[in-house]
Amino acid sequence: MTETRYLAAQTLDEAIGAYAAAAGAARILAGGTDLLVQMRSGVLRPGLIIDVKKIEEMTAIVPKADGGYWVGAAVSGAVLAEHKGFAATWPGVLEATNLIGSKQVQGRASIGGNLCNASPAADSVPALVAAGAVASIQGPHGRRELAVEHLPAGPGRTHLKPGEVLVGFTFPAHPKGSGDAYLRMIPRTEMDIAVVGLGVNLTLAGGKVTAARVGLGAVAPTVLLVEDAAKALIGSSLDERALDAAAAACRAACKPINDKRGTIEYRTKVAGVLLKRTALIAAERAGRK
Amino acid sequence: MNVIANKWIGQRTIRPDGADKVTGRACYAADNTMPGMIWGKVLRSPHAHALIRSIDTSKAEKLPGVKAVVTAKDLVEFPVDKPVPLGIQDMRWMSRNIMAREKALFHGHPIAAVAAINEEVAAEACKLIEVDYEVLPHAIEIEDAIKPHAPILHDFVRFEGKPSNIAGTMVNKVGDVEAGFAEADIVIERTFTTRPVHQGYIEPQACTVSCTADGKVTIWSSSQGQFMVRAMTSFLTGITQSNIRAIPAEIGGGFGAKTIIYLEPLATVLAKKSGRPVKMVMTREEVMRATGPTSGSRSTVKIGAKKDGTLVAAQGTFYLQAGALPGSPLRGPVGCSFSPYYIPNILSTGYDVVSNRSKVAAYRAPGAPLGAFAAECVIDEICEKLGLDPLEFRLKNSSKEGQKAVYGATFGKITFEETVEAALKHPHYKAPLDKNPRPGVKRGRGVASGFWFNAGGESSAQVNITEDGNVAVTTGHPDVGGSRASIANVTAELLGIDHSRISVLIGDTASIGFSNLTGGSRVTFASAIVVTQSTEKVIGQLKERAARIWKIDPDAVTWENGEARPAGPNAGKFPPLSLEDLAAKANEMGGPIGAGTQLNTTGADPGFATHIVDVEVDVDLAIVRVLRYSAVQDVGRALHPSYVEGQIQGGVVQGIGWALSEEYLFDKQGKLENAGFLDYRMPVCSDVPMIEPVMLEIPNPKHPQGVRGVGEAPIVPVLAAITNAVHDALGKRFCDLPLSPPRVSAALDAAAE
Ligand SMILES: Cc1cc2nc3c(=O)[nH]c(=O)nc-3n(C[C@H](O)[C@H](O)[C@H](O)COP(=O)(O)OP(=O)(O)OC[C@H]3O[C@@H](n4cnc5c(N)ncnc54)[C@H](O)[C@@H]3O)c2cc1C
Repeated sequence: MTETRYLAAQTLDEAIGAYAAAAGAARILAGGTDLLVQMRSGVLRPGLIIDVKKIEEMTAIVPKADGGYWVGAAVSGAVLAEHKGFAATWPGVLEATNLIGSKQVQGRASIGGNLCNASPAADSVPALVAAGAVASIQGPHGRRELAVEHLPAGPGRTHLKPGEVLVGFTFPAHPKGSGDAYLRMIPRTEMDIAVVGLGVNLTLAGGKVTAARVGLGAVAPTVLLVEDAAKALIGSSLDERALDAAAAACRAACKPINDKRGTIEYRTKVAGVLLKRTALIAAERAGRK
Repeated sequence: MNVIANKWIGQRTIRPDGADKVTGRACYAADNTMPGMIWGKVLRSPHAHALIRSIDTSKAEKLPGVKAVVTAKDLVEFPVDKPVPLGIQDMRWMSRNIMAREKALFHGHPIAAVAAINEEVAAEACKLIEVDYEVLPHAIEIEDAIKPHAPILHDFVRFEGKPSNIAGTMVNKVGDVEAGFAEADIVIERTFTTRPVHQGYIEPQACTVSCTADGKVTIWSSSQGQFMVRAMTSFLTGITQSNIRAIPAEIGGGFGAKTIIYLEPLATVLAKKSGRPVKMVMTREEVMRATGPTSGSRSTVKIGAKKDGTLVAAQGTFYLQAGALPGSPLRGPVGCSFSPYYIPNILSTGYDVVSNRSKVAAYRAPGAPLGAFAAECVIDEICEKLGLDPLEFRLKNSSKEGQKAVYGATFGKITFEETVEAALKHPHYKAPLDKNPRPGVKRGRGVASGFWFNAGGESSAQVNITEDGNVAVTTGHPDVGGSRASIANVTAELLGIDHSRISVLIGDTASIGFSNLTGGSRVTFASAIVVTQSTEKVIGQLKERAARIWKIDPDAVTWENGEARPAGPNAGKFPPLSLEDLAAKANEMGGPIGAGTQLNTTGADPGFATHIVDVEVDVDLAIVRVLRYSAVQDVGRALHPSYVEGQIQGGVVQGIGWALSEEYLFDKQGKLENAGFLDYRMPVCSDVPMIEPVMLEIPNPKHPQGVRGVGEAPIVPVLAAITNAVHDALGKRFCDLPLSPPRVSAALDAAAE
């Protein structure tokens, strides 16, 4: 029966130093809403827990000069929701984040934790992928940037290297005429895990889609960027044909499993349905009449 | 006596246990601790079906901190060939349920138990127990358990002379169904399935047991009957009942499931062996794997009617999952499914099917909802084919006073018709429903009815006047649904004093007379009877004391508004004597004032419910949501309306979960995959609308306050009402529950092809 030590790191260097030194026996703690649950159920028993919530860069929300945003990896859903500027710019990312758990969970759960826990059904991740968010990662050998869709490696696994911490996210500037949205299918109305989750981010000019990104969750080992769906939307006025084609692209991208949360057939079908619904909400937010 | 001047009965008084519960003070089973206490843990089978060749506990016993290890050989063994009944349970099966003997019968079946200085050491010790299993093929679903060459769970179970997993049958019959069907103009036959569903109580099973050097056992646990806890522990451990005291804790829900025990006998033998108090608390995962649920079912129902809608014959064949050991609630579907209706020819047959899953436990109207699901869906289809309004159809065919029910009773004054009439008149039934409110969305309305036996049985109560003139009432029933509040209302009403002066407590097995389970919708009914009789005895004593003080005849004293008064001018002129006055003089006038009553109560007439529901279906995602729900029920007399409404709303919500989302999912090895509330999908608050309880108060003439049992009838119609509403919305009849999105979607896609 091993003891678990707790370290509240004050700086990123301290966190990374301790993390690298523990050589695999340590875990990063953000909100703990995944980590502590896994520890209580006996799945994990880390020798060291490194709390990153005292590190300024990891809990900051900073608007950038170009209209983009920095969001620290440990920012909780509740804190993100209170940031009016971010909420106005990225309503889809925010609604995806705020779907995580309940009010109590929102006070703790972070998007960094949501991404690093690497569940294919993580709610914020399809919206982050659609937004084109870039992860800033720092480790014993320095800093690097990675598009969010490249960070998960499979269920419960990431491409973070030993000693690397996810510091935060850079959101690109959102041009005028842009909007994003996220929808998930759950059998209940709350407190459930996405059977399918889908984020769309698009830009409209003169009624036509000029840019689009589609993130699709819970239908494959990792959250997917569905480029074919985006292609089907770009250039269209989101007419029935374009939506059908994009929905078909989402269905084609699915590589789901039959499990306790849904069947292959159902998940595949729902991916298409959600694409259409989400794209229309994003378009409305982009100012489509 | 019917109480007419109601000052307290029917009031929404503050419940006696309310403040403790909302402030976290209430002491539930897991809250108990004792000096020197140690922790017990159960080692459970990792196989769905396996022979246990040997169990070696020596390494576990040697682990520092381990104080005792027990296996089945530490418990009483009952030979399989002779029933050992305790109520509706059989101790042969209970003993094998709480600890596997020759075989592990389901994934999660207890194999051994350990007590150690803390939970971690106990868990570690469980890992050190070496069990030599011979894994056997298993069967979980009914189809797999009854097919030829199915793996047989018990050598001693025979059906039609052959080894089988059908462990029992039940047949109820009236008339001649073949002749009945021959007379019918329309006959509809369908086969339905429902999945086992868990009772879903929030409080996991837990207990603390102390066994002293002189062999006295004290059990603190939450259950639906401390006397059941005492008796069952006595049977399974061999300790006499007089040496066991069972103290009931507050209970965090039971819904029938806590009418049996799992941990208490194990903790008792661990406490006896170790000489230390032993605490055991199940995890949610253990609760899901190894307690409850109610039966899954496969039912075929065939009903025949005349063109004018007169029912002429009904046949029901119900296969119920018992779990690993015999004993599914066959009486529910066999006895209840057709009982709302007068049908001259009925054949109703139930089969008890064992399979490799946890043994079922009672759940709200055990077995009745799955039977009503089948019968009420077929009736809906008959109404549709004949073009009849389904409620008018029910009125036309309703059971009436003097008719013989298929389960044997002759109905007295029953009130099914009244529930249907109230539903017909209810604004919900008349409200227009836009069946196509938005593109991709369909709506529909459904109705169904349900029947439940209700029960009386043994109850005890003691009413004592305190020295300062207040009142302490003790009953023998754990309060699961607000019974203390109802009893306080009754006592205040009878004594004519303020409600706040009455304290209602639940006695332990040593402090109050035998009282049967909190179950069968019986507690408010039965305890109100014994409390009424006790209180009337107390009032008699109070009048006698006043008569003695005034030196007049006791008959010349009346009790009114909490005071003794001379009955009239002839009796003499004396200032009234209050309860306080009489209590103050009690000892000089004959001693303490108080009275008890112990009775086997009768007169619990059956309960009927008729429900109306509107649903909305998101067609592309195949999600069914309940929009509006009205539940009509004859409640006799609502002693405390809030808790009657709570019973109705709770029953409906549980039915909604059963109909739409709850199910057990097993992997290929027979291990439960969704052993937690995240993936075992009970409805959450936002999944259900405000459920409108429509309480009819038609007093039960056999009860002093007119009470009728209310707890179970409201879950009976729900499954069918929702399925009928989904048919109205989509034009498709579903026969398999739950109506989960993947299942509804697959059915819609198949229909489209
Ligand atoms: C009741 C409940 C309901 C939930 N509902 C949902 C839901 O609806 N949708 C959903 O997607 N999830 C849900 N979750 C899961 C969980 O809340 C989310 O995944 C949440 O976003 C995790 O964030 P956290 O900050 O709590 O992560 P933590 O638990 O602190 O961390 C999660 C994992 O990521 C690692 N990690 C965290 N931060 C970093 C970092 N900066 N760098 C490197 N590694 C890191 C941790 O070591 C850990 O392995 C629910 C959980 C609970 C308990």
